[in-house]
Amino acid sequence: MSEQQIKNFTLNFGPQHPAAHGVLRLVLEMDGEVIERADPHIGLLHRGTEKLIEHKTYMQAVPYFDRLDYVAPQNQEHAFALAVEKLAGMEVPPRGQHIRVIFAELGRLLNHIFNICAYAMDVGAMTPMLWGFEEREKLMEFCERVSGARLHMAYFRPGGVAIDMPDGLAEDIMEWTEQFPKMIEDLESLLTDNRIFKQRTVDVGIISAEQALDWGFSGPNLRASGIAWDLRKSQPYDGYEKYDFDVPIAKHGDCYDRYLVRIYEMYESLKIVKQALEKLPPGPVTCDDHKFSPPSRGDMKHSMEALIHHFKLYTEGYHVPAGETYCVVEAPKGEFGVFLISDGSNKPYRCKIRAPGFAHLQALDMLSRGHMLADVVANIGSLDIVFGEIDR
Amino acid sequence: MADAEPHIRSLADLGETIAGELGDMISSREIINGELVLHAQRDSIVKILMFLRDDVNCQFKLLMELCGVDYPEREERFDVVYCLLSLTQNMRVRLKLSTDEASPVPSVTGVYSSAGWWEREAWDLYGIYFSDHPDLRRILSDYGFEGHPLRKDFPLTGYVEIRYDDEQKRVVYEPVNLTQEYRNFDFLSPWEGVQQLLPGDEKAEAAEEEGGDA
Repeated sequence: MSEQQIKNFTLNFGPQHPAAHGVLRLVLEMDGEVIERADPHIGLLHRGTEKLIEHKTYMQAVPYFDRLDYVAPQNQEHAFALAVEKLAGMEVPPRGQHIRVIFAELGRLLNHIFNICAYAMDVGAMTPMLWGFEEREKLMEFCERVSGARLHMAYFRPGGVAIDMPDGLAEDIMEWTEQFPKMIEDLESLLTDNRIFKQRTVDVGIISAEQALDWGFSGPNLRASGIAWDLRKSQPYDGYEKYDFDVPIAKHGDCYDRYLVRIYEMYESLKIVKQALEKLPPGPVTCDDHKFSPPSRGDMKHSMEALIHHFKLYTEGYHVPAGETYCVVEAPKGEFGVFLISDGSNKPYRCKIRAPGFAHLQALDMLSRGHMLADVVANIGSLDIVFGEIDR
Repeated sequence: MADAEPHIRSLADLGETIAGELGDMISSREIINGELVLHAQRDSIVKILMFLRDDVNCQFKLLMELCGVDYPEREERFDVVYCLLSLTQNMRVRLKLSTDEASPVPSVTGVYSSAGWWEREAWDLYGIYFSDHPDLRRILSDYGFEGHPLRKDFPLTGYVEIRYDDEQKRVVYEPVNLTQEYRNFDFLSPWEGVQQLLPGDEKAEAAEEEGGDA
């Protein structure tokens, strides 16, 4: 009998695949069912955000940040707002900071609910998706009440937030934080000790601490590898140092640990939201310098100056002093950074967006080698990948 | 804001230490908005990053960001920016080096694996060439794309547009056809922005000179 020639098999995974979390095209070189090499092809959702921002005023650039990681839009705006504030020297009033913290944490919850549920569905659990989306719907209603938009809020503006929270919203969010832990418990009862879920995730896609650093990991994925690093603790912004919360970490760095870290982060986010709501001070929500923030409608009826400010802001925008900065926030997926160069005009000269998912997806090749095809799906899900921010 | 000053002082110390250790490889350093920026020599970037990663006083284990910036009016038009983060020191440092279309920048994928895709991105969007990169393909733009879209001289609208052709049953590429010109307003106010003389302005100066003579 002649010897059989065994050829490596190349499989095209995506870009239209329910477990590809968007438009990931993965070219997999396989020996049987074992992955030899995974080559992610990205850019299918590339919209040229950075180029567009260079041609828009600072205020017009805000909505582009919603469309990056569309699962938790407000956290992206946050980084841009911080960068512009730093360059222009704006001061955000305390109420503005508190509202930002509340919605940044709601964004984190939005993201973690989505990720855990979608991830569970990738590895075969249907129910979490149905339960989780009900909660996401409630959160998006809060977003709608505060900004008018369920998803693309454009709410965090340089200088503060767009408008104050409407009456009754704080109470409703508080009420929601009381009932939400029940939902996390339900979710955990479905997944944490689920035999199938554990078989698909425990000891799959292990990333050691050294590897995580080498590949530029951040956020929950870094913490799951045992490194206690959270920008909200170590480089606090918008008053995060005033809140009492813990940073959950895990030790093994496998898919299961990344899931657990996200579950426990949800409890911590709830703690922060509650504290921010309790401490919510009265006062303005955006900086009082009308060279940067628009005047109220009421003022515009009486004050000529306010009218001029409004007109200038919505046509020319504001000029930001020349300079550069790299500002980061702890977005739900990791370190989201904006490297902003201003040349003193009303448009950014360069706005580089550092998306956490870009670094995470890059490590997929290293992570998947030697694993089975089915584990690639678990890896993608556990890395928490959204293509809006990766492709930009 | 009370603790801002010691932070900056320690950043200055760090900058001094790094500059002392690396000598000529760092051409200058500055602190911009409370962030340490080092200007590096292009050819020694790998050595510099190796030092910053492994030195006990630095331990910049994470490369958070690598990107290009385009200044078309300069002789070496591109900047490559490296953002590093040290978890143990809780500090950030930014390295910059300049290059042009022709001179390659040594790839730092050997120091930080995460640099791979960012260098591909800088190559794709700016055309900055990285030598010794294991896999320098385009990353974000379309298969078969031509040009480097984030250069300042690349138009926002691009050169080609695509659509699905129902007759040919495939996606076709066509030159961009805009029904309306892209509106790019000049927002510089006439009091501060205009550099060149407006027609008629030279008369005012001439009149002044004449007045001075008289």
